[in-house]
Amino acid sequence: MSKPKVGFYWCASCGGCEEAVVDLAEEILGVVEAVEIAFWPVAMDFKRADVEAMRDGELAVTFLNGAIRTSEQEEMAELMRRKSQVLIAFGSCSHLGGVPGLANLFDKEAIFENDYRTVPSVADGDGTRPLEETKVREGTLHLPAFRDTVRTLDQTVEVDYYLPGCPPPVRLVREALAAILAGKLPPKGAVLAPDVALCDECPRKPSKPDKLLIKEFKRPHQITLDPEECLLAQGLLCLGPATRSGCDAACISANMPCTGCLGPTGRVRDYGAKALSAIASGLDANVEEEIAALMDGVVDPVGTFYRYSLPASLMRRKVRPAVEGKEGERT
Amino acid sequence: MSREIVIDPITRLEGHGKINIFLDDSGNVERAYFQVPELRGFEKFSEGRPAEDMPQITSRICGVCPTAHHMASTKALDELYAVEPPPAARKIRELVYNTFFVEDHALHFFFLGGPDFVVGPTAPKGERNILGVLGKVGLEVGKEVIGLRRELRELIALAGGKVIHPVFGLPGGISRALTEEDRRKFVAGADHAVRFAEFSLQVFNDVVLKNPRYVEWIVSDTYTHRTYYMGMVDRNNKVNFYDGDIRVVTPDGKQFLKFPARDYLKHVAEHTEPWSYVKFCYLRDVGWKGFTEGPESGVYSVAPLARLNAADGMATPKAQEVYEQFYSTLGGKPVHHTLANHWARLVELLYAAERMKELAQDPDIANPHVRTIPTATPKEGIGAVEAPRGTLFHHYRTDSRGVITFANLIVATQNNAARIAMSVDKAARGLIHEGQVDDGILNLVEMAFRAYDPCHGCATHALPGQMPLRVMIHDRAGHIVREIRRD
Repeated sequence: MSKPKVGFYWCASCGGCEEAVVDLAEEILGVVEAVEIAFWPVAMDFKRADVEAMRDGELAVTFLNGAIRTSEQEEMAELMRRKSQVLIAFGSCSHLGGVPGLANLFDKEAIFENDYRTVPSVADGDGTRPLEETKVREGTLHLPAFRDTVRTLDQTVEVDYYLPGCPPPVRLVREALAAILAGKLPPKGAVLAPDVALCDECPRKPSKPDKLLIKEFKRPHQITLDPEECLLAQGLLCLGPATRSGCDAACISANMPCTGCLGPTGRVRDYGAKALSAIASGLDANVEEEIAALMDGVVDPVGTFYRYSLPASLMRRKVRPAVEGKEGERT
Repeated sequence: MSREIVIDPITRLEGHGKINIFLDDSGNVERAYFQVPELRGFEKFSEGRPAEDMPQITSRICGVCPTAHHMASTKALDELYAVEPPPAARKIRELVYNTFFVEDHALHFFFLGGPDFVVGPTAPKGERNILGVLGKVGLEVGKEVIGLRRELRELIALAGGKVIHPVFGLPGGISRALTEEDRRKFVAGADHAVRFAEFSLQVFNDVVLKNPRYVEWIVSDTYTHRTYYMGMVDRNNKVNFYDGDIRVVTPDGKQFLKFPARDYLKHVAEHTEPWSYVKFCYLRDVGWKGFTEGPESGVYSVAPLARLNAADGMATPKAQEVYEQFYSTLGGKPVHHTLANHWARLVELLYAAERMKELAQDPDIANPHVRTIPTATPKEGIGAVEAPRGTLFHHYRTDSRGVITFANLIVATQNNAARIAMSVDKAARGLIHEGQVDDGILNLVEMAFRAYDPCHGCATHALPGQMPLRVMIHDRAGHIVREIRRD
């Protein structure tokens, strides 16, 4: 019997998700024994045309990481969806939009203006910007279109499963591969990680007060951090109460707060809103003025609560004026 | 009739790349373009973020070298808050950084550079991959590389919390001290790393240097450019990855500039072309004169070869020995041969391992005092490190609460972007004549960029694999007149 074919692809990403797979180390040799990797541009030279030539559904599983920002990424997401029986959004960027999703606080114009005109290292240039089509002396060169908005994978194509994290912890990758090989995947749409909050697996849980009474938010560089005590109890904005576990509290082991990369637990629609509400419930304030004053200590609410999930949030992006007749257009 | 050759996508590259080669009527190369078709806009969306989050936000630029961005960013925060980390924190940062360099460089040589170099450019295409490397050096070595990498990456996670996107950098220090037991683990890892580096150089010596054809090929004009070189140096002008001044030498090897990172804008500028999302760095002191080499052109190079050229030597004894051998074999300083990057990388591998050991042996590593709490009002900070593939600058301005109002990043590969584009162009010109395009040119053209940037794809070349490529030759109307496949 031929081995099941597996694909890996990346969109707007950093390569860390590829590294997360390679961090299986010696175990990767066992994976190669069990499956045939039919597409993985970073490691192997099978091309887009090779995938196009496959029959639909020929790939048993595809792991796709990265958010969707360019026309080329849209095309590749659609292609991989068509050729794969199971499509897994791998990592924060394809799951929730990820750190590059913070670009939804701006638009293409603001990014181009900044990168190609304003920053001081280009400021004395002639304002040249990259174009989708450039006529050069020898012919014409093309670049993919750069959209206004970063999208998650499931805002682009239908997704079967999600492997959360920035990057997904090796343990979760290992467990997901084992479930796939054993044919024991959970119901479609599942996030392949434990459905409990990080606080539940945190080694500092014993020092977490039953009722938090946050009197002031501290930032990690402002105080000496106790290496044992619950970080929330120390006044830090640790997002453990709202974040899915599965990372073995890696950041907390280095004495830094959880920033929420594994996203929400099940049944939570908007991670940031949940995180904000979890934190707000621990404030030692009752009247509005007190609450407002306390919350002023959070200098960047959107970047803090939506660090990895702005495109997946109810807001999705900074509001832009509606353009008549352009509804539904990809920008 | 003019024709166009498109290699899309090029592979074993971290991210996406595309090469367009235009031929003239007689089938010779008019020009080859190296395009980067992606952009994520980190500088803009850094605005509004708390400065202390920047080491974690900017590490997401690259998950292959997150430690480099994390460290450059953390150093920028030191300056932003005018705060000096305690000696133990500074040493731990440099220790972790050299640990990262070892695992990164080692992997490149065996899994990315290896297929082209250890196996050889004219080897059967089916052997120009990791399996071919293992055929030359033995399967046990492959397991050794995987094992060494795992051991060192566990050490980075031990100190940094996570190896992919570490979290330990703070202005004025690091978030958690190391214990004496942790320190001993680093010593053991360093011993392993030094042995591994020496072994790697032995492999290079036996397989490459003892083969006159390979040496001839390294020094061939097709892979040679006479440009400026940039690298970070310590107070003795020796290579340093973590800290020091930036030194630039001329194409004939004389010191041209030496400046602290905070002066980078006086010397480094970026040029934009409409056909690529990447910006091309050049020396402001010389100016942008197009994709040309020589002392009149502001194009410069970074990464292993450039660092060795820009320094007076290595700060550790064994690495200094091979540094001297490197230049005596290749005809003195500076060396302009792009493919010599592979050897230079191993010289650096040995240095990183030796430096790792020096630092791990320092009892101060287990000193619990690793934080200086900043008290100054933040305003502006600039930090730089040498990333594995070149000098990396982070520059931030903030409001009085330490919220970013401006960010500018000069990323390692960008420094090399112009020279990479020139190398691809030159390799294509040197290899394609009268429309004759065969399988051999594909690997040779790819090698022109791979020597600079073997980090691209270091995530995954642990897997054995074919390297098929497809080159399409179009006529002006877009019809494919010929297709060559290497499957």
